[in-house]
Amino acid sequence: MIVATVFIIVKLDRLMTAVMMMGFFSLLSSCIFMILDAVDVAFTEAAVGAGASTIFFLAALAIVGRTSKKRKKEKTLMPLAVVICTGVVLIYATFDMPYFGTADAPIHQHVAPRYLQESGDEVGPPNMVTSVLASYRGYDTFGEAGVVFTAFIGVLLLLGAGTRKSGLERPVPPNVKVESMRQKIVLREVADLLIAPVLIFSLYVQWHGDYGPGGGFQAGVIFASVIVLYALIYGIVPAQQLFPPRKLAYFPALGLLLYAAVGIASMAMGGNFLDYGVLMPDPHDGQHYGILIIELGIGITVAAVMINIFFSLSERSL
Amino acid sequence: MVTGLFNYWIVVILMMAGLYIVMSSGHLVKKIIGLNIFQTSVFIFFISMGKVSGGTAPILKDGISVFSNPLPHVLILTAIVVGVATTALGLAISVRIYEAYGTVEEDEISDMDKENRQRETSVSTVVLDKQ
Repeated sequence: MIVATVFIIVKLDRLMTAVMMMGFFSLLSSCIFMILDAVDVAFTEAAVGAGASTIFFLAALAIVGRTSKKRKKEKTLMPLAVVICTGVVLIYATFDMPYFGTADAPIHQHVAPRYLQESGDEVGPPNMVTSVLASYRGYDTFGEAGVVFTAFIGVLLLLGAGTRKSGLERPVPPNVKVESMRQKIVLREVADLLIAPVLIFSLYVQWHGDYGPGGGFQAGVIFASVIVLYALIYGIVPAQQLFPPRKLAYFPALGLLLYAAVGIASMAMGGNFLDYGVLMPDPHDGQHYGILIIELGIGITVAAVMINIFFSLSERSL
Repeated sequence: MVTGLFNYWIVVILMMAGLYIVMSSGHLVKKIIGLNIFQTSVFIFFISMGKVSGGTAPILKDGISVFSNPLPHVLILTAIVVGVATTALGLAISVRIYEAYGTVEEDEISDMDKENRQRETSVSTVVLDKQ
C-alpha cells in the first residue's frame, strides 16, 4: 500500500494532490513505525509528517503554483536507467544484511545492551528512548536542536517574519477572501472542540516523556500544529496577535540557551557538560530534573520554530 | 529467506522512487517531495534494523525482558524534526526563486540564466567596441 502511494506521487503533476498523498504516506509510515515497536518515532512522524510538513508544502504551493509541467520523454529515460541500476545494486547489497528481527545482529551488540540493562539504574526514566536521547546522547540532541535553530535562521533570512507590516495595517486585496474558513460551521465547531484538549495533550506529552512515548520534539510539533489550526480557521491575523512574530523569534534561541544553560550548570557543579547527575544531591533526581529542563528547552525551540516558519511562509502568500 | 529481507527491499523501492522524482522532475517543490520520500525510506530502514522479533517498545516495565533497540529510535526521532526544518528551508528557497524568476521549473530558470548571460556578454562586447 505504501509503495502504491509513492507511485501515485511519482506520476502526479497536480502538486496539490501530491502533497495530500504525501500526508497519507506519512501516516502509513507512522503506522509501520508503530508495528516495528518505535512508538516515539511513530508519534513524531504522525505529528510532523501528517501535520506540519503538509501545511508547509501547501503554503509554499499557494505561492509557486499548483501544477508541474510534463517533461519530454527523453529527459525521464536517463534518470529511470540510473535509478534501476542503483536499485539493483542496493538489492544485491541487502543479501549481506542480517535477517529482519534477528536478535544477534551487529546493531544490537555495541552500546544497545547497556542502554537496555543499565538505563533504569543510571538515568532513571522508564522510557529508554528518552534516557538515550536526553542523557546518553545529550550532545547529539543538542546538535540536532542547533540544526533546527539554524534552519529557522535560514528561513528568517530568506523570507523574514514580522519584517513586513502585519496584516492589520495592510489593506486586504479585494479578491482575497480572508475569513472564508470562519464561515464554515462544521470546520469551526470541530476546531473549537479540538484546540483546547490538543493544547493540554501537548503539555502532557511534554512533561510525561520520561514515562511514556513523548518528549520535547513531539510536544513542540503538536503545540505548533494547534496554533496553525487556529490560524487556518480564524485567519492569520488573530493568531499573530496571540503570538507576535517579532517576540516569537526570540523563543528558539531561548529554548536552545536553556539547554546549554543546563550543560553549563552541570559543569559549574563539577561534572561534565550535560552530566546531570551532579545537579542534585541524589544523582537520580539530578538526571530527572536535567532531562525535564532540556526537554522543555527542545519543546520551546521546536514549537517556536514551527509557528514562525508557518507565519513567514503564509505571510508571503497573502 | 524472502520474508527475512522483505523490509529492506521495500526500503530500496521507496528510496529509488524518491531519487527518481528528484532527478526526473523539473519542479523544485516536487523535487523536495522526492527528497522527503527518500528520507522516509531511510527512516524505515533504520527502524527495521532496530526491531527484534518478539520484542516490545523500549519502555521499562515489570515482566518484560525483550525490547527493540532504542538507539535507532532516538536517531530517527530527531532526524524527523530536523528533516521538516530543512524541508521548510528548501521551500523558503524555492519561494524566493519564484519571486526572482516567476517560475520554479528548473529548465525555464536555466534558460533565463543563459539568456541573461548572453545579454551581459553582448553588452560588454558593445562597450569594448566603443573603446
